[in-house]
Amino acid sequence: MSDASLPYQIEDLAPARAARRIKGESRIVQFALVGVSLAFLCLFLFLPLISVFVEAGARGWQAYREAILEPDALAAIRLTLLVAAIAVPFNVIVGLAAAWAIAKFEFRGKSLLISFIDLPFSVSPVISGLVFVLLFGAQGYFGPWLAANDIKIIFAVPGILLATIFVTFPFVARELIPHMQSLGSADEETALTLGASPWRTFFTVTLPNVKWSLFYGVLLCNARAMGEFGAVAVVSGKIRGLTNTMPLHVEILYNEYMGAAAFAVASLLAGLALVTLVLKTVLEWRFADAIAASRRH
Amino acid sequence: MSVAVTIESVEKRFQNFPALRGVSLDIQPGELVALLGPSGSGKTTLLRVIAGLEQAERGRVLFGEADTRALSLRERRIGFVFQHYALFKTMSVAENIAFGLKSRPRAERPSPAEIKKRVSELLELIQLPGLEKRYPSQLSGGQRQRIALARALAIEPRVLLLDEPFGALDAKVRKDLRAWLRQLHQRTGHTTVFVTHDQEEALELADRVAILHDGRLEQVGSPDDVYDHPATPFVCQFLGDANHLPVKVVGSQAFFQDRPVLGGLRQNQGGPASLYVRPQHLRIVDDAPLALPGVVEHLRRNGPLRRAEVAVDGLPKRLDVDLASQVAPAIGERIRLRITHGNLFAAA
Repeated sequence: MSDASLPYQIEDLAPARAARRIKGESRIVQFALVGVSLAFLCLFLFLPLISVFVEAGARGWQAYREAILEPDALAAIRLTLLVAAIAVPFNVIVGLAAAWAIAKFEFRGKSLLISFIDLPFSVSPVISGLVFVLLFGAQGYFGPWLAANDIKIIFAVPGILLATIFVTFPFVARELIPHMQSLGSADEETALTLGASPWRTFFTVTLPNVKWSLFYGVLLCNARAMGEFGAVAVVSGKIRGLTNTMPLHVEILYNEYMGAAAFAVASLLAGLALVTLVLKTVLEWRFADAIAASRRH
Repeated sequence: MSVAVTIESVEKRFQNFPALRGVSLDIQPGELVALLGPSGSGKTTLLRVIAGLEQAERGRVLFGEADTRALSLRERRIGFVFQHYALFKTMSVAENIAFGLKSRPRAERPSPAEIKKRVSELLELIQLPGLEKRYPSQLSGGQRQRIALARALAIEPRVLLLDEPFGALDAKVRKDLRAWLRQLHQRTGHTTVFVTHDQEEALELADRVAILHDGRLEQVGSPDDVYDHPATPFVCQFLGDANHLPVKVVGSQAFFQDRPVLGGLRQNQGGPASLYVRPQHLRIVDDAPLALPGVVEHLRRNGPLRRAEVAVDGLPKRLDVDLASQVAPAIGERIRLRITHGNLFAAA
């Protein structure tokens, strides 16, 4: 069949080329548009990124090593990894459940649920943090009860976790919902009529169908979970070695005029962003066919 | 077991829309039944109720003697094929076909060697041997549909349910697959119910055709039966083309605008009625009693036949007339038409 489809593909290209000609932007406009975009990217993305690495290495390798291996910095890295290690799986499970419910079922309040999933995107992270202080802080609604039972949430790791989960919640769900909606339920219904249990249906049919969307969601969710500043800053209390995450640590160092150390830790975060980007690109390129196939109906 | 599937006054509504309003139907073992109707007639809903993918609000579905409400989807053992195949894209053809067998509880699951053998047998049966390792994206539409059928057959279903099985295919492939499905059915003898909106497909393929309209069963019968003796005006119009003439019955004759057009009626009750005449049942005559005068306004090709559109005084729509002879009338020519056969329904 692949042989037979070849001539069609060649024919199909012709109208696309014709369409481009019809649109008829002149070369100058094209170059101008591309030039403006590139200049913007250089000024606002590449330059800052490069400056992070340049500043980080300004005092030499030894200073860089020391800044990162300093106990408070190590504690911040450890805490950031811990928070991501809990927040990301949590959001994967809840995001999958929410996307499943929205894509496969009709129920009252569905559009409300979709709006609520977007809420963390539209609310300022500082507010997200303050909400938790209001709920669980010493003067908050549950504050006295928590204090009486000796449970610490605000200015402790649970608070940081809550804030991070809240802020990063939409990433997985937002990636999955449109994909799952476009796939419909026919595959699952087929699997069930063939006698598969609901769990088997989920793991052998649903999950493989959406694995690339899920992977994107996880990548983005992870990057944000490690990089979140605003919400975490409000609930953390910035206790060195205890409740400082990497972004908070960077800020403290910078405010204390320890620029090189600040940029050294910042370079780790920037490196994470680059790794995320590269992974995403490589996967898109390597599995372009599989992704296209899994998105096709 | 005399009846394979019994559908007893099934009712189903979606929100406030009644999709099925009291449908009853018996399906014999080994029968090939078509559920035919326009979109929104409830035919797919009925198929999904039989499958257990939708729950009926009233009425019940029996497989043999067993009430299906007591059966899980697995216990129902139905083979359901979707219009868009719903092949598992991330699995090879062999994995797709083996899915049902591998999903059985451990005690009933065949060994890997048996599964492999069964898969190649099924591929042989659907005339696509050697395609085990391909992926659905590498197959044509017709091939995908056949793989979906093989996957459904793998679990040895009690009933095979096909939802618009050829709906997504082009006309040529459709015709080939139709003949192929007929042969396959003769060979395997599975009780089969398929949904279609294509009357030609239903008439050609099915042992019996069930015509649905607005959630009600209009008529059930053999293709000849429903085509030649439609029970309702809807069935008459839905199965092929039909010209509609408002007439008045007096005695044994039907009158169109005080002109007798059809005689020899056995109907006792007089009064206003609707006369439906298929294009092949209108003949151009030189002169005869009971003839209808008209003017040829348009000529066109309709498959093997030529068809004339004839304007008749007092009729808003032109009459479609199949031309049996090679000698076609000219456009603008005044002709007389004789009705050789018609279906008469008392006006509601």
